[in-house]
Amino acid sequence: MSSTRNTDHAVALAPSGRAADRHALMDRTVHHVRTEEDLLTVRHAVRAATLRAGFSIVDQTRVVTAASELARNAYIHGGGGTVTIDQLTTGGNAGLRLTVQDDGPGILDTDAALADGFTTGVGLGHGLGGARRLMNDFELHTGPGQGTTVIATRWAGR
Amino acid sequence: MTTPVSGSVPILRLGDVLVTGLLNELDDKTAVAFTEELTSRITADGARGVLIDISRLEIVDSFVARTLMELTTMARLLGARVIVAGMRPPVAITLVELGLQLTGVETALNAEQGMAAMGWRQSPQPSGGGLGEFHPEH
Repeated sequence: MSSTRNTDHAVALAPSGRAADRHALMDRTVHHVRTEEDLLTVRHAVRAATLRAGFSIVDQTRVVTAASELARNAYIHGGGGTVTIDQLTTGGNAGLRLTVQDDGPGILDTDAALADGFTTGVGLGHGLGGARRLMNDFELHTGPGQGTTVIATRWAGR
Repeated sequence: MTTPVSGSVPILRLGDVLVTGLLNELDDKTAVAFTEELTSRITADGARGVLIDISRLEIVDSFVARTLMELTTMARLLGARVIVAGMRPPVAITLVELGLQLTGVETALNAEQGMAAMGWRQSPQPSGGGLGEFHPEH
């Protein structure tokens, strides 16, 4: 399994719960992505979470856009999946972590998938790399036949 | 009058300009239906310009961006000029960070300026009612 990340934070809560937990988890909601309507539900839920976290309008827009890209990837390439929205806090700073998981075919070449202009679907090929730029922390866990999990976090005012 | 597709606003005709917009909840099916309706209206109405107001859009992701770029290209192939108007500032910031510049898509700050670029001007007479008046420039 290959992994890539651009993060200066410890993983707060890996799916297994093993990683060092430096952030307090305030709230968690899990949303299934099986239909196109679910993509809208996810967007609304992420928007509501950014409002609760007190994000600026630009940060709200960044996070909702990233969530839209990642959820669409899971829907189109992964055959559906789940989006977990975690509300975090560390040292009084609010954060929002999105975990987008699917059991699809996985990504063979993660460098290519993160590069602009790479697409195997209907988009513009900016989804994965673009979502990474919109978030502060970004991890991609995938491999052939292993599905794809993206863990992306944005902190307020950073 | 054409029945509006859900997710889009009705397509109005003002002179040789079609005026329409996108709502926040654009999905694949709506985008396809909207594209088909707009292109057929360009032909049926002999439109030379299309103003697409996107001021309601809270986000523009790569899917919506692709839809706008394709609409612009299709309209151009039919001889009509598209102006996308009213993008919210956070959407512009996010689009650039996403790596999308809407290349080839003409934009305007708002619908009024977009219509002005199409040759429409606000009527200078106070008694004019204010909806604007067509001043062909070509």
